Amino acid sequence: MADTKAKPGLLLDIRNLRIEATVFPPGEAPKNIVLVHDVSLTLEKGKVLGLIGESGAGKSTIGLSSMGYGRGGVRITGGEVLLNGRDILKGGKEGFRKLRGREVCYVAQSAAAAFNPAHKLMDQVVEATLLHGTATRAEAEKRAIALFKKLSLPNPETIGERFPHQVSGGQLQRVMTAMALCSEPDLIVFDEPTTALDVTTQIDVLAAIKDAIRDTHVAALYITHDLAVVAQVSDEIMVLRHGRLVEWGGTRQIIKEPRQEYTNALVSVHEIEHAEQKPGATPFLSVKNVTAAYGGSNVKVLKNVSVDIYPGQTLAVVGESGSGKSTLARAITGLLPPEEGTVTFDGRPLANRLADRPKEDLRQLQMIYQMADVAMNPRQTVGTIIGRPLEFYFGIRGRERDKRVAELLDEIEMGKGFLDRYPAELSGGQKQRVCIARSLAAKPKLIICDEVTSALDPLVANGILKLLLNLQQHEKVAYLFITHDLATVKSIADSIAVMYRGEVVRYGAKSKVLTPPFDAYTDLLLSSVPEMEIGWLEKAIKGRRMASAGN
Amino acid sequence: MSSPIVKLIAQRIALGIVLLLAVSVLIFAGTQILPGDVAQAILGQSATPESLANLREQLGLNQPAYIRYFHWLGGALTGDLGTAMSSGQDIATSIKGRLWNTLFLAFWAAVVAVPLAIILGLIAVRYRNGWVDKLISGLALASTSFPEFFIGYVLVFFFAVKYQWFPAISTVYDGMPFGERMQAIALPAGALTLVVLAHMMRMTRAAILNVMQSAYVETAELKGLSAFNVIRKHAFPNAIAPIINVVMLNLAYLIVGVVVVEVIFVYPGMGQYLVDHVTKRDVPVVQAVGLIFAAVYISLNIIADIGAIVANPRLRHPK
Repeated sequence: MADTKAKPGLLLDIRNLRIEATVFPPGEAPKNIVLVHDVSLTLEKGKVLGLIGESGAGKSTIGLSSMGYGRGGVRITGGEVLLNGRDILKGGKEGFRKLRGREVCYVAQSAAAAFNPAHKLMDQVVEATLLHGTATRAEAEKRAIALFKKLSLPNPETIGERFPHQVSGGQLQRVMTAMALCSEPDLIVFDEPTTALDVTTQIDVLAAIKDAIRDTHVAALYITHDLAVVAQVSDEIMVLRHGRLVEWGGTRQIIKEPRQEYTNALVSVHEIEHAEQKPGATPFLSVKNVTAAYGGSNVKVLKNVSVDIYPGQTLAVVGESGSGKSTLARAITGLLPPEEGTVTFDGRPLANRLADRPKEDLRQLQMIYQMADVAMNPRQTVGTIIGRPLEFYFGIRGRERDKRVAELLDEIEMGKGFLDRYPAELSGGQKQRVCIARSLAAKPKLIICDEVTSALDPLVANGILKLLLNLQQHEKVAYLFITHDLATVKSIADSIAVMYRGEVVRYGAKSKVLTPPFDAYTDLLLSSVPEMEIGWLEKAIKGRRMASAGN
Repeated sequence: MSSPIVKLIAQRIALGIVLLLAVSVLIFAGTQILPGDVAQAILGQSATPESLANLREQLGLNQPAYIRYFHWLGGALTGDLGTAMSSGQDIATSIKGRLWNTLFLAFWAAVVAVPLAIILGLIAVRYRNGWVDKLISGLALASTSFPEFFIGYVLVFFFAVKYQWFPAISTVYDGMPFGERMQAIALPAGALTLVVLAHMMRMTRAAILNVMQSAYVETAELKGLSAFNVIRKHAFPNAIAPIINVVMLNLAYLIVGVVVVEVIFVYPGMGQYLVDHVTKRDVPVVQAVGLIFAAVYISLNIIADIGAIVANPRLRHPK
């Protein structure tokens, strides 16, 4: 090609990139699908480009193409990837190996999984540098320690001696950033680096990454589904959908004046107007002074927790990971018998242990989980999955059962056509809907929703929340809604319990809990939720009253 | 090394001892419920009731079973395994030389088989689903599928009869020079290697392939490591626990399962000894050999467990 000569200052120039994969649908012949349709982008030295979109938009696939890497059999079938002026796709395997870890480095979504559990952190951080021979071991370690300091990791001199499991998730994510920076690359691909973190930890990691990018003048592709996050770190934003470019512009333009409808939908705040219901006269389920620990250990995961749930209302339990939210659900359902305290249901105490509860009590409390795909038997059809509680609790069989299943499918806004589908054939949102229908089939008084929208794209999650609210009005079912996401809480809750290290630190009606004055932890939680505002990050860090626990 | 790991290891060892005691009870009980007793076996069918009673008195067979059990166990723990009925020789003395021979054979078979299996496993993973992988897997599977006597005779046919590189009969004796001894065991060791190779190799392959799905393997690839170094440095250390397990199982087989191979090559090891005395219904010898085999089996499995515990960085370096 004539114009493969790069412009000065241009680091990455992707032209008409086309990426394909072979899929093996059940019962059909394998077929080729196109994941990325002729996407082009350019990135100048030292700049940050945010790639944003829902899952399946092709963001990670495009990001990894800058390293010539295709995850799980994905193939780059067309276009050019010019890095520092040369087409890396022509370099072959040897060429890829030379640039990976040298010119381009990668920061993965879950550092906890991306670090090898068998090796010390330092050995992994300097590995790429030593492999490409850009520094001696002593130099590389000195550089790594300086980076640990820059990323404000505790004990920068000795943290490298630790193993991945000895370091918290937020710290690991920063060590991974140090690992990427250690070989002094020209480009770093950040693939959802803060998505797996608690909101209070995310803000620290985000600030650390932003400072590190600024001080080392490295360029970055920042991949995320969270527009508010990407607005804090990037110079430009590219919106992708179904492997196609939707819109590409400066950060301010994208979040303030989006030109495409889809971008607008992403940018607009998805708060559902939900009028708070006043608590009724008597709660039907009361948790009184419950204390619980795992395996008879001395560490109490729940400390003297008391909450009430009223018929047809939603209690939201918020807090970061390890605060005891899910343990509270386990104590209520009897999966983890409390050491002290009681759970009363309809005025009578529930047996502590699941095994001691009659079937009727089991029916009244149902659960929906975060990971819908592992909560269903992959070898059963949707009809069997939803029909099972009908048979188990009510003994409904045959035609009557099928009729009821069809009604339930209707309630979750899925047609009868799904009866014979298997979970693997459904999208993430559809799977979660099937789980909702399954729990509704038991006609429970309470459904415990454990982070049910956390694994879903924002627009899909929004649909699920609306569905849950509609169902609550029709079926008069109450929810115990466990989440770490405050926007979700605002949309769905009637009352809120804020949990921190096993204790309920703030509890009451939604309006009361979300009105100042706040206690220190609730303040931290509220102020850590990213806002779609340029400069929010700096403001939030300045205004904080307490450090997050993940640090 | 810190307290949780020491505690876990102590638990394993204690469990192993309990297990061994339980097995000793089973061995003793098993030989007791066989029809006839030692006195009957010694005197044969023509024995008079008086002579039987006398001999029983003499051998202490009139005492209750549990007393005889503790007597036997006490002896075994202090190295006294009793006397063989058929020959009247002390069992411990005759076993010592044979156990040494069996261990010698097993050791050299393992020295070849274990590294070979692991290296072949690593190569199979490196070229997974390609022809190299299929060739390795196919040959290994074939060598395991043939019965060991068949492999033994094939080896004898080619290397002893046709080319005459090694002797067909593995006679060894005390004070035999090392080189000659090695030459004598070459064929049985080769046969054993072929028998155990595939199991270990396929387990290595499967265990590493399982780890190859991990995110940290992708991280290593994205650092620019070559495919073989990714496997060696990042996948293998995390696949060690299942590999140790299968290696130990096969080592145990090399010691306690070599009966057929020893018989084919007329090798004076434990297996031959056991077979000889089973045919003679020499109960004390069968008990003694059974106990030793059980001890070997249980110890190797304890080593496998301890290896898996030590290989786990979470246990080695607690928070």
